[in-house]
Amino acid sequence: MLEGALLLAALAAGDPKAGEAVYSRCLACHSLERHRTGPRHCGLFGRRAGSAPGFEEYSAAMKRSRLVWNERTLERFLANPMKTVPGTTMTYAGVPEAKARADLIAYLKQEGKCPGS
Amino acid sequence: MTSFFQLTSPAVARRAFLRQGMILSGAAVALLAGREALAAKAGGGSTAADVRILNTALGAELEAVAAYQVGAESGLLEKPVLALAAQFQGHHKEHADVLAATIRKLGGKAVAAKTRYDFPVESLKNQADVLRFAAGLEKGAVSAYLGAVPLFASRELSKAAASILGDEAMHWAILRNALGENPVPSAFVA
Repeated sequence: MLEGALLLAALAAGDPKAGEAVYSRCLACHSLERHRTGPRHCGLFGRRAGSAPGFEEYSAAMKRSRLVWNERTLERFLANPMKTVPGTTMTYAGVPEAKARADLIAYLKQEGKCPGS
Repeated sequence: MTSFFQLTSPAVARRAFLRQGMILSGAAVALLAGREALAAKAGGGSTAADVRILNTALGAELEAVAAYQVGAESGLLEKPVLALAAQFQGHHKEHADVLAATIRKLGGKAVAAKTRYDFPVESLKNQADVLRFAAGLEKGAVSAYLGAVPLFASRELSKAAASILGDEAMHWAILRNALGENPVPSAFVA
């Protein structure tokens, strides 16, 4: 329980401005507004993994993961994508620094809405 | 015959690469595709994971080729910058071809280029916009390869990915320099 409380506190302390710099690590495959090698990130929060409208390239593993993206699931996934969702095509070692993950999640939350939504 | 990825030192690999005039040749692909040992070393259940990593990289490389094409056809690039963009695009084509050949060698199916890419063309108004867009992609590529290097079951593939990472980092630095930014802003990449 203490661990969960600490995690929530760390996530709450995420700095979206610092998270924007962390997000530059994602730009080979992702953008906020457009589907690329990976799906777009706008509208991420509350979305079921593997369900971004218009993105066809999800792995079967992601589609059946049953994850719903929120602070906690993103924290877990970003720490080690291939361990969290074995078989994912997001073949990336992850963001090892807890602070960087919290910043990135804060940025994704801040920038989360899709244009026109 | 020795593969580029089988060479014993970066200097030897670099010389071999330069001998090919930095242009992808059928021989380069054949060299890698001819690596029987590569498939054997990857071996077992890890081969599927390695193929998946390679395919993700291939997808990003194919997108980079298309992105540079958009930049080249934008009419916004001055001649020397256009030549540079064409050279960098050529590197990405080489990466893509070698990755695809390796995937096939490992028994996988290489992803194809998308029929359509969704680039932010409406925001590209001048040369600096194109350079900044390309720099963002290259920076992302550096991070993506950095995140892939430790994941391969095959150390030969890690080495190959690190070799590509170095090339992407040079692209990123040159593009930053062209934008008037510090080309090497830190001692480490992330």
